[in-house]
Amino acid sequence: MSKVSDALFDPVFKNNPIALQILGICSALAVTTKMETTVIMCIALTLVVGFSSFFVSLIRNSIPSSIRIIVQMTIIASLVIVADQILKAFVYDISKQLSVFVGLIITNCIVMGRAEAYAMKNGPVLSFLDGIGNGLGYSAVLLIVGAIRELFGSGKFFNIPVFKLASDDGWYTGNGLMVSPPSAFLLIGVLIWILRTFQPDQVEEE
Amino acid sequence: MKFLRNILDDLHPQFSEGGKLERLYPLYEALDTFAFTPGEVSTGSTHVRDSMDIKRLMVTVVVSLIPVTMMGMWNTGYQAIKVLSAQSTNSWADVEGWQASVMSLLNLGLDPSNLVSNFIYGALFFLPVYIVTVAVGGGVEFTFCLVRKHEVNEGFLVTSLLFPLTLPATIPLWQVALGIAFGVLFAKEVFGGTGKNFLNVALTSRAFLYFAYPAQLSGDAVWVAVDGHTAATSLGLAAAGGVDAASVGWDILDAFYGLIPGSMGETSVLCALIGALILIGTGTGSWRIMLSVVLGAVATAAFFNAVGSDTNPMFGMSIPWHLCLGGFAFGTVFMATDPVTAAMTNRGKWFYGALIGIMTILIRVVNPAYPEGIMLAILFANLFAPLIDYFVMESNIKRRLKRSAS
Repeated sequence: MSKVSDALFDPVFKNNPIALQILGICSALAVTTKMETTVIMCIALTLVVGFSSFFVSLIRNSIPSSIRIIVQMTIIASLVIVADQILKAFVYDISKQLSVFVGLIITNCIVMGRAEAYAMKNGPVLSFLDGIGNGLGYSAVLLIVGAIRELFGSGKFFNIPVFKLASDDGWYTGNGLMVSPPSAFLLIGVLIWILRTFQPDQVEEE
Repeated sequence: MKFLRNILDDLHPQFSEGGKLERLYPLYEALDTFAFTPGEVSTGSTHVRDSMDIKRLMVTVVVSLIPVTMMGMWNTGYQAIKVLSAQSTNSWADVEGWQASVMSLLNLGLDPSNLVSNFIYGALFFLPVYIVTVAVGGGVEFTFCLVRKHEVNEGFLVTSLLFPLTLPATIPLWQVALGIAFGVLFAKEVFGGTGKNFLNVALTSRAFLYFAYPAQLSGDAVWVAVDGHTAATSLGLAAAGGVDAASVGWDILDAFYGLIPGSMGETSVLCALIGALILIGTGTGSWRIMLSVVLGAVATAAFFNAVGSDTNPMFGMSIPWHLCLGGFAFGTVFMATDPVTAAMTNRGKWFYGALIGIMTILIRVVNPAYPEGIMLAILFANLFAPLIDYFVMESNIKRRLKRSAS
């Protein structure tokens, strides 16, 4: 039982794919301007990691080692295409805002990393949970960054105005830096700082 | 002075190890070394015999900044009062803002030829910005020093004076607080405090505000401290219509003396030159960097003049205008020469300075989004300084290896 919960919950704080392994930064910068896009991206990525790990694990014993990366990529790419089509069918507006970044889940290092590092060595159920767990770790960071960026950048939360903007006779002046992608770098940096203050074993040795 | 020494000596046991206020020792240490030269001298086989410590270095920079600061306060008031009297406002009672109330309380005239009025009205805009900078930035720095048990030193005196000078007079104070807090935290303390920062702290703070709140840091409405008055900076005008438009209202001598709208401390080339003389004369600032920035800028401006353009008037802006307008002189003298963020090697300083000069003119001329380029150019060169030093040292090693081999 502990193995199951380890696989599922370890990646959230203890072994966070973004904060500790510094993977998947690209999409973390690009999609976190608004909570709406952030949430959709998190769901899409979590499901893709989960199922790709599951399928890779299922056939792990019949993949020839020399072409394993190609096989993994094929599985991941197929799942991403499915995710992309579903998004286009049901939430077309958000899918347009996410633009290439749904497609770029294929190259997201977290997906490849879990398939190669975990699913190739573990059973399908554990691999699936590990994938979902890593997706949750990714989501945790993205949701925090997205919430801060939307709140302080445009004074809103899920498009609902929280701080009334000065341009609409309110009091809040939107922070232009928070709307632009580099602010996510700063926020992720601060998150890593906080995380490592409470979990000093994550600090790299010099 | 004996009296102050006695007080500090009396307090010492409280702050030293085992005392009640042990945790606040950096505060005591800062006060003590600020007021008196520290009595400790190095012992053992150390070889440094120089009276130039961080305290003297920083105080020299502050002294060299005095002309710019004074001129900045005067010019801020002068620009505002000039506009007010041009709008035929005759009494301070008709002007909005608490600064105007103070002026009418002091019974000072509303007249741009009145030196005292100009200076005091400008100071009423500059000083609040300065006080907020010192309080908030100093607070952040001090908190870190307490937690990390570092010594608080005089470095922040320079940063806290540089930062307000780069801001327009109308900047809201909460933005000043946010900007300096960001700069001190992310450009300096995160990397280990004084001497460990690879970006200029004052410029990082300004860059943060520039990108976060462009409406208050750029455009036409912020440069003169009169409500609702729009006046583009000379570079903004030049970008829109060439140097002919910029010369409407002022000529190049005005720009040299600093009688034009702009950020509070950036306008006067003359005062920056006085500062440069002090810095170079005392050996505090590097003449190599200053000279190479100017050379880089002159070469690039000459290149663009020669190329010419029908659509972009900035191509034709002559070299003297480039050197006199905007923050070029201020940035070159006080920001580029920051010893921590500049290149360390003498040969590297030439490359570093030239990079700043070239980038400044390049951004000014080619990028229509940014009328002024010196801030971004210096931050850009800050990033490259360690790399430049690396290559200079590698080439030196190679050269010497070659010499010893033959």
